[in-house]
Amino acid sequence: MSTLESATDAKRPTLSNLFTGFLKIGMMGFGGVGPIARHIIVTERNWLDDRGYAELIGICQALPGANTVNAAVMLGDRFRGMAGALICVFGLMAVPLLSLVAIANFYDAVSDHPLAQVALTGAAASAAGLILGTAARLLTKAGLARWAWVMAAVAFLAIGVLRLPMLPTLLVLVPLGLVAATFGARRI
Amino acid sequence: MERGVFTQLVITFGTISLMAIGGANAVVPEFHRQMVDVLSWMDAPTFARLFAIAQTAPGPNVMLASILGWHVAGTPGLLVATAAILTPSSLLALAASRGLQRYSGNHAVRIATLALVPIALGLMLASGIVAAFAADAGLIGFAITAATAVVTYRSKINPLVPMAVGTVAFVAMWLAGLA
Repeated sequence: MSTLESATDAKRPTLSNLFTGFLKIGMMGFGGVGPIARHIIVTERNWLDDRGYAELIGICQALPGANTVNAAVMLGDRFRGMAGALICVFGLMAVPLLSLVAIANFYDAVSDHPLAQVALTGAAASAAGLILGTAARLLTKAGLARWAWVMAAVAFLAIGVLRLPMLPTLLVLVPLGLVAATFGARRI
Repeated sequence: MERGVFTQLVITFGTISLMAIGGANAVVPEFHRQMVDVLSWMDAPTFARLFAIAQTAPGPNVMLASILGWHVAGTPGLLVATAAILTPSSLLALAASRGLQRYSGNHAVRIATLALVPIALGLMLASGIVAAFAADAGLIGFAITAATAVVTYRSKINPLVPMAVGTVAFVAMWLAGLA
């Protein structure tokens, strides 16, 4: 945690700095905010160095919720407390939410047209492929141990094929995963 | 017995918020199950279309919740749904951030990551499958899903490109009377 703390001491960004930084992340993050978030937090604003950013994202990945939203909460809180966390999340969500409202209203206006329905059906089929491809790429690159492949397969079968409710599924899988990770981290 | 729409949005999305390991792409099947099967707020194709809109918009993918809320109850629904999906996970992040600054939590974070990454990836794969079936776009639709998946798997192209190509291809097939 040392890098994170030294970044805090060096120079604390103001609330308006935080707001504009995350506004920019939200604005530019077409098709995924991950890469742009790193660019602005590390390169442009110097809020964290590379190691500090890797640590932050590491923690975000171990928590539920979108990584960028969690990063906004944690950075905002670290620099400017509760107000900082709120400002960062507002900044991040402002432009995406406004554009979503615009897109949604546009959809409402054209949704009676059969061609609009067809286009969105095509977009839905493509979006499904996008997620499948991303998941497949991450799976092959994650360097999973054998038990981890089993966990991934069971999660997929339970939710994607059997369509089980998620809460009970996770209440079984997450503790199993934690046990496997605790013992497996040493051996496998 | 019937809960108000807003109360139901808060309960359902607030719970999903804490289950979204790896982000919203892990919980598409649960959104689908709740919206289509449990609450009957929309049919599967409508869900798939809203999912597609959320994927096209800029910003974090939790905005799937926002557009679902919008469909159910307009702009107030969008705001309530967004707050409901963001608040529980953000409070947890806040607590974790403060806790980890005080104690060195590196080991705990490493174990949690090791445990959650494979589950999150399995769930992401499940999300893709559930979305593909919800789209209900026939054989041509599955072909487009498969093609988009292969392109995304093989190249680091901006996701909007394969989405645009897939959409245009499907519309062209439909105009040609094939889909």
